Amino acid sequence: MNRSAADYALRRGALALVTIFLVVSFNFVLFRLLPGSFVTNLSHIPNATPAFRRAIAAEFGLERSKWEQYIIYLQQLLHGNLGVSYANDRPVLSNLTTDIANTVPMVSLGTLAAIVLGTLTGVASAWRRRTVVDHGLTGTALAFYSFPTQWLGLMLILLLGSVLPTSGMHTPFLIGAPWWKSALDELHHMILPSLTVMLTLLGQYTLVVRSATLEAMSEDYVLTARAKGLRGSRVLWRHVVRNALLPVTTLVALSIGFIVGGAILVETVFSWPGIGLAVYQAVSERDYPMLQGAFLLLTISVVVCNYLADLLYFRLDPRVAR
Amino acid sequence: MIGLPTSSPEVVSPARETRPNWLSRAVNAVRKRPSAAVGLFVIAAFVVLAVFAPWISPYSTSSPTGPIYAAPSASHWLGTNSLGIDELSLLIVGSRISLLVGSCAAVVAGLIGGTVGLVSGYFGGAVDVVLMRTTDFFIVIPPIPLMIVIAAVWGPSLGHIILVIGLLLWATTARVIRAQTKSVRQRGFVKRAETLGERSARTIVRHVLPQVAPLLLANVILTVALSIFYETALDFLGIGDPTAVSWGTIIQNAFLETATSNGAWWAIVPAGLAIALVIISCYLVGQALEDALNPRLSGGYLLVRPWKLRPLTGREAEDL
Repeated sequence: MNRSAADYALRRGALALVTIFLVVSFNFVLFRLLPGSFVTNLSHIPNATPAFRRAIAAEFGLERSKWEQYIIYLQQLLHGNLGVSYANDRPVLSNLTTDIANTVPMVSLGTLAAIVLGTLTGVASAWRRRTVVDHGLTGTALAFYSFPTQWLGLMLILLLGSVLPTSGMHTPFLIGAPWWKSALDELHHMILPSLTVMLTLLGQYTLVVRSATLEAMSEDYVLTARAKGLRGSRVLWRHVVRNALLPVTTLVALSIGFIVGGAILVETVFSWPGIGLAVYQAVSERDYPMLQGAFLLLTISVVVCNYLADLLYFRLDPRVAR
Repeated sequence: MIGLPTSSPEVVSPARETRPNWLSRAVNAVRKRPSAAVGLFVIAAFVVLAVFAPWISPYSTSSPTGPIYAAPSASHWLGTNSLGIDELSLLIVGSRISLLVGSCAAVVAGLIGGTVGLVSGYFGGAVDVVLMRTTDFFIVIPPIPLMIVIAAVWGPSLGHIILVIGLLLWATTARVIRAQTKSVRQRGFVKRAETLGERSARTIVRHVLPQVAPLLLANVILTVALSIFYETALDFLGIGDPTAVSWGTIIQNAFLETATSNGAWWAIVPAGLAIALVIISCYLVGQALEDALNPRLSGGYLLVRPWKLRPLTGREAEDL
């Protein structure tokens, strides 16, 4: 860690913090200051006695000034208090931690599969460029890039719904089974949602790996390797792919914003009880504390992942900090 | 001689010669790439379909004209949905909302992104820093959760959906336009206008904008693809206009009314294929234009819009 690295990390970190602060403030403005937003409506219940109105306003801290409310909001956030869900009266944070724990394995499995398969198809397509293989793979990638996520999920249910579970995370009557049995059951339920995540990412990964590989293939060191008389496969894996994978390492972290959006759609289609389904249900039940909490958590995690990606990229290729 | 108006081409043309003819390059690009021409044709076909939808669609889209979930037949080419409404008619009429939202949102995004890019690239300095930090913010924020939150608080309406999508998808366009503006600014004819004391606003509109406009158009077309993608997602989550018939609500309806367990593939497949066709076409046309207009941008990794400005190959976003 030399000076420029620390400098870079600090600068990027400050930027990430500012972004998070803006998101947090935006959340406050959106839900509490806009006319017609939820809290404003709640304080205007028809036929309410003035005493009742005052009680409601006091419960939500509405009698204070906007600035005071903002400060209290920030303080509560720092203590991890995201409010209480209207739907089940539990703290939003504890709801969200259960949801996140369900989302992460499903999404990770799909993303991992997309990375492996996307790398293979991307490299193959670049190595055999302008052949039938390339056109076929690129065309397929472009198609999967264009299909709506929710549509892909529904198509998988149509095609494989008779052989694989299509809804939820567990078989309802599997109670008291040994841990490995319920783990297998969960994995079984995970196949279709993870497959959907994989397919939505596959197109993008293939195209990115293909172009990174093409770029690496035009480098001088590849020419040198060829001139030395190395075998084609050796040139490909040792010289081309190793360098082409450099952008791919950060691609994963950078695509998390897309994955987050995709997770909402995929979990809705498959009723997977994760944070995406929580967002969907919060919208349909008008459970605003949950919606806010999920939005904050998702956005902040994306910002943090982007920051980590920046650092990772710097570690792999210090030229970016110039 | 000095100061006399002259018709001699040697005196008039140098200023023009330094301006590359973007339009002919764009036309050439589309002509050279058969895939772009196909894309253009598909888009044109869908636009015609959308414009004449009420006259083309065989049945009503508001009342049932057949049995529930009837399989495709001679009278209902694409079957019927959970209410017995003809799917083909829904698909044809639905193209209106999908294309309208997609293109309007892209225009909103293009206006914001174009303005930010032009101002940022032309003036530089503190203005540039502030605008580019704002742009970074919008590049990092995941769009779907933010769209959901805003649309949920705002209430469902077509105008809100257009605005929400447009307001969140301008960032990449701003980056591309800024880079192009910076390079155009160095050219002789812009310098000349500045030296002659022309106001900045006039210089931007008269001299910079015409050079940047084709690239802006390419980016708007690329954004149409993204907008349609997001519009169907919001419709699916029940945040779009619930009364409007669109490709997104066709899929939403199929999901809510369990078309999958009824085996009604005809309620799902056509809408998704139509969406994908339009997205691919916009993509092919936009990418061909962008590659032709800005050779330094060309490269497959630019295929993936959200990441196109990332230092994927070790170069800074500024080097674009």
